[in-house]
Amino acid sequence: MESLQRKAQELLAAGTVKLVIGYGEGTGVRRRPIFVRTGDQAGSLVLDPACTQNLATYLTKAEVRALGRTALVATPSTLRSILQLAAERQVREENLLALVPLAGTIKELTTFADIEAMVATLPDEIARADQEMLTQLGAMSVVERRAFWEKELGRCVKCYACRAACPMCYCERCTMDNNRPQWVPVASHALGNLEYHVVRAMHLAGRCVRCGTCGAACPHGIPIHLLTFASEGSVRRQFGQPGGASSRPTYALATFKPDDKEDFIR
Amino acid sequence: MAEPFEPKLTAFVCNWCTYAGADLTGTSRIKYQANVRVIRLPCTGRIDFMMVLKAFARGSDGVIISGCHPNDCHYTSGNYHARRRWMVFRDLIDFVGIDLARVTFSWISAAEGAKWASLVNETTDRVRALGPYQEIGKLAAAGIE
Repeated sequence: MESLQRKAQELLAAGTVKLVIGYGEGTGVRRRPIFVRTGDQAGSLVLDPACTQNLATYLTKAEVRALGRTALVATPSTLRSILQLAAERQVREENLLALVPLAGTIKELTTFADIEAMVATLPDEIARADQEMLTQLGAMSVVERRAFWEKELGRCVKCYACRAACPMCYCERCTMDNNRPQWVPVASHALGNLEYHVVRAMHLAGRCVRCGTCGAACPHGIPIHLLTFASEGSVRRQFGQPGGASSRPTYALATFKPDDKEDFIR
Repeated sequence: MAEPFEPKLTAFVCNWCTYAGADLTGTSRIKYQANVRVIRLPCTGRIDFMMVLKAFARGSDGVIISGCHPNDCHYTSGNYHARRRWMVFRDLIDFVGIDLARVTFSWISAAEGAKWASLVNETTDRVRALGPYQEIGKLAAAGIE
């Protein structure tokens, strides 16, 4: 924690970065993102296992972009998000400095190549509870799964916290906000909720880095992250492309192979 | 006495192959069941995945999606891109609990009028056996749209 605070102070004092995005005290045991602009604010930076939110979300915000180079306290998922954003040309290499807490010290990663090398060494696993739920859902019949999601998504209030929390949901104008024509009903009712979450999962297929921040952001505790895990898993399994593994543009659904599987097409 | 169940099918077809193929079915005087409503789109690449959900929400009991065979796309690669999208979308709708037996994918060229007839007949028979599908439609009825 002290090494991070010291590092942030140094970076800001030297003018290397104008902003350090990290974690600070939140309500209770939770941590919330804080934006450190001056050296004397660096003391409020916190680093502990409760720091899990994916801070890459803020990299695409106009206010952050306007400041130029930004340092970001990065978890493994955050690093993957950075690579995915890089692949989609949403972050510039020269505008980014990733601060990775590693065995009591802070490792600085300045290039996408460095981040790729680091990501390659990290285990790519989801939480055991999530894995168990996915297995459970997979074992259900399609009717049981429909009942499960009808009940879960029925609690959705369409606050869009999941969309706001997701680093990959960076569109300035989301199709959900379009009301002329209105593609998906805005009110929070069963059909609109289902459609919204299916659209989100499809748009994140092959791009989700499985950080689970959307599910953590949900005020009703709906396991919506499982939907994007499922669509990401589908791309991973069929096209061998995990989300956020590379900064090269390789979006699975923007390309094709003539011999893609077609056993379901008659 | 209640009338026996007749399924409603929505078919999203591409303009260049399947629509022309379905036209050939008619000009060849091949009879097929009249349960299908055909919606013509420029290309299978234009068939947004949401259209499938919209069709179910508005009362379809089954959906047919059909376009040009691989290598025959009028726009060179629209059907290849569409195929990838379906590969993922099928997994996703299965995950949210929509019965995959309700959605049929097919390639039908402009010369395959007979294949269109058999596709519609087989799909209609299958969906008739499955019964009405209200899993998504009932959600629409529960709220404003």
